[in-house]
Amino acid sequence: MSENDSNGARGGRRDFIRAGLGVAGGLVLPGFASRALAADQPPIGTWPAGASGNSVFIGIAVPRTGTYAVQGEDELKGWQLAVEHLNSGHPLMKQISPKTKKGVLGKEVKIGVADSAAKPNNAVQAEQGFITENKAILMTGSTSSAVAVALNKLAQREKVLYVTGISGSNDTTGKDCVRYGFRQCFYGQTAAAAIGPVIVKAYGKNKKAAYLTPDYTYGHTVTKSMQDYLASAGWTTVTNQVAPLGAPDYSSYLLNVANSGADVLINVNWGHDAVLSTQQAQRFGILDKMKLVIPYQIPFLAPEVGNNLTAGVYAATDFWWTLQDQYPLAKMFVQEFEKKFGYKPEWGANNAYMSFALWAEAVENAGTFYPPDVIKSFEAGRKIQSTVGEVYFRKEDHQLVRPVFIVQGKKQSEMKGKEDFWNVLETVPGAGLMQKPDAFGCNLGDYT
Amino acid sequence: MINWSNFVSQLINGLALGALLALISSGLTIIYGTLGVLNLAHGAMFMLGGYAGFVAYQATGSFLVAVAAGSVALLVLGIVMERVIIRHFYGRPHEDQILVTFGLSIVMVEAVRFFFGSESRLVPAPQIMSGVTSLGVMIYPTYRLALVGIVAVALLALYFVLYRTRLGMIVRAGIEDPVMVDSLGINVYRVFMVVFGIGAMAAGFAGIVNAPVVSLTPEVGEAILVQTFVVVVIGGVGSFPGAVLGGLIAGEIISITSMINPGYAYVMLFAAMTLVLMLRPHGLLGTPGRE
Repeated sequence: MSENDSNGARGGRRDFIRAGLGVAGGLVLPGFASRALAADQPPIGTWPAGASGNSVFIGIAVPRTGTYAVQGEDELKGWQLAVEHLNSGHPLMKQISPKTKKGVLGKEVKIGVADSAAKPNNAVQAEQGFITENKAILMTGSTSSAVAVALNKLAQREKVLYVTGISGSNDTTGKDCVRYGFRQCFYGQTAAAAIGPVIVKAYGKNKKAAYLTPDYTYGHTVTKSMQDYLASAGWTTVTNQVAPLGAPDYSSYLLNVANSGADVLINVNWGHDAVLSTQQAQRFGILDKMKLVIPYQIPFLAPEVGNNLTAGVYAATDFWWTLQDQYPLAKMFVQEFEKKFGYKPEWGANNAYMSFALWAEAVENAGTFYPPDVIKSFEAGRKIQSTVGEVYFRKEDHQLVRPVFIVQGKKQSEMKGKEDFWNVLETVPGAGLMQKPDAFGCNLGDYT
Repeated sequence: MINWSNFVSQLINGLALGALLALISSGLTIIYGTLGVLNLAHGAMFMLGGYAGFVAYQATGSFLVAVAAGSVALLVLGIVMERVIIRHFYGRPHEDQILVTFGLSIVMVEAVRFFFGSESRLVPAPQIMSGVTSLGVMIYPTYRLALVGIVAVALLALYFVLYRTRLGMIVRAGIEDPVMVDSLGINVYRVFMVVFGIGAMAAGFAGIVNAPVVSLTPEVGEAILVQTFVVVVIGGVGSFPGAVLGGLIAGEIISITSMINPGYAYVMLFAAMTLVLMLRPHGLLGTPGRE
């Protein structure tokens, strides 16, 4: 039954028979029940218009310029690979979404890409265009939590599903969570809870920490989470240098750090900001005196700053390509990605690929693109095989429960290849790590 | 973090920041003061100088060759730009000039992104200037200290050209009264071409000497362009000494404010610009009535 069919002519006898068949079929195949329900619903968001043809459209707003451009391009490749795999019914996609054949519910997936430059306004305008002109049935994007929060709000207002790209802020599935938004990369709080014990064990208790914080939701919440966790081990914050996104120079901030007497520099900056601030910290002699910690690993940081700066550095991450030694699906993903793009994927690409795979899984299980049913499918708590093992979404805050990996930068002598920058030290299961769903004031809002 | 050693550190850092801003702004103000052209491509030219130097450095491994390449490449580009495009906009409204130079900057940035990608590129400082230097109250990157000297020499050279040569005399006369200079039988348009080339070369030189301080990315000129315009407004539009003074003031404002609260560094810079515009609309060293 296609979405077109579900809007066909209605009559008393036909309705009766269809309802009867729907109930009967629903007892046999759960997906049919959803479709029968969806058929009687009034239009919502871009449904059913966006799902009435032979294809469905996904709007992607990703930074291709600006301080997060490198990470955005990597994410985009992950989405492109996922679409290719969905449309061809690739075995990897079928392992994650077993009901997938070709496309999603048999419809070809098409994408439109816009450059957000990591600016919320750009992203919202682009996605609004995709909704209006292309009847986008799904939105994605970010690489900045400020964008993720803005798209969350757009998704809820327009009643169009949004799967978050890279976004580590506590707000994304915390105080700014929405019914129509889903995130799989973990909270900054989760990163802090995972990496905190590791750095306390490595560097001891009662240390003095200096922070470099980007001035937006991601920076503020991750720094706060790190401060809160480390305070329990007697760590104090001697300075917190808050810089705007895309700061052209960090010298003034780094002089404050150099004069702070800190033992550890916790660099929360991201993208090119992290590259520049880390390089300049080294040139100011700071990294000779202080240990460097990166709470949330930054794709391409190691190759850009050189492994001499990341050697020994601890970070929490969603994915690193050597996880292929632990997870068969990760191995398939890394091989497929490298075959297509010629390099090992960073976690942004993996996150992007999985976001589409998890959406396809939810839609296939719902048996419809009708948004409330897809949301309920996401919320059903099914255990899904992913590239990092078994995962599931928490229904209370739409956050994926998944493991966090602690990595440590390798020295040149330890690297087995030119992309072998990080050593996976620990796999921390997500369930016990995550705070309660209401810890950051999540209120998801309505389905319709 | 307010204490004596941090204050001195930030003062010195403000000098280094300001010196670089002065150098970039001088190219912008010379072009505007002489030609009346608002060059929004100046930041992109600054970036191109860095990349031209980066290519030369990759080929030769010599920082000196990189500096020469970054400067000469932009001198040539500036002359070509002036001959092919900019000269057609001298008599046009500022809006047209802004649009065409903004368009050129987009082309330059995207061309660099096409060939080099968005990943940052590094030109290391020469061995003799790498590492850190102890200044008693602080340690400071040696290259940044050297950069103050490099910029001072470059600004002196520009000063010499503008104030001690016949060309400079014509340029300054052109700033004051281009019609009179023209009527004296001097080919003002040839001088304009040279001036645009020199302004572009100053941007290119700044781009490559700044490359060891910041990693090169296609957008490296964007943020600096905004600051440069603020410097020119503070110093006085079209005034070379004004650009130098404005640069140093801007550097100190950014650095000293960062000591108290980094979040207000750029706010204070714009507040200073607003104050100057209110009290002295033509800038600190600008001439009233000059357009």
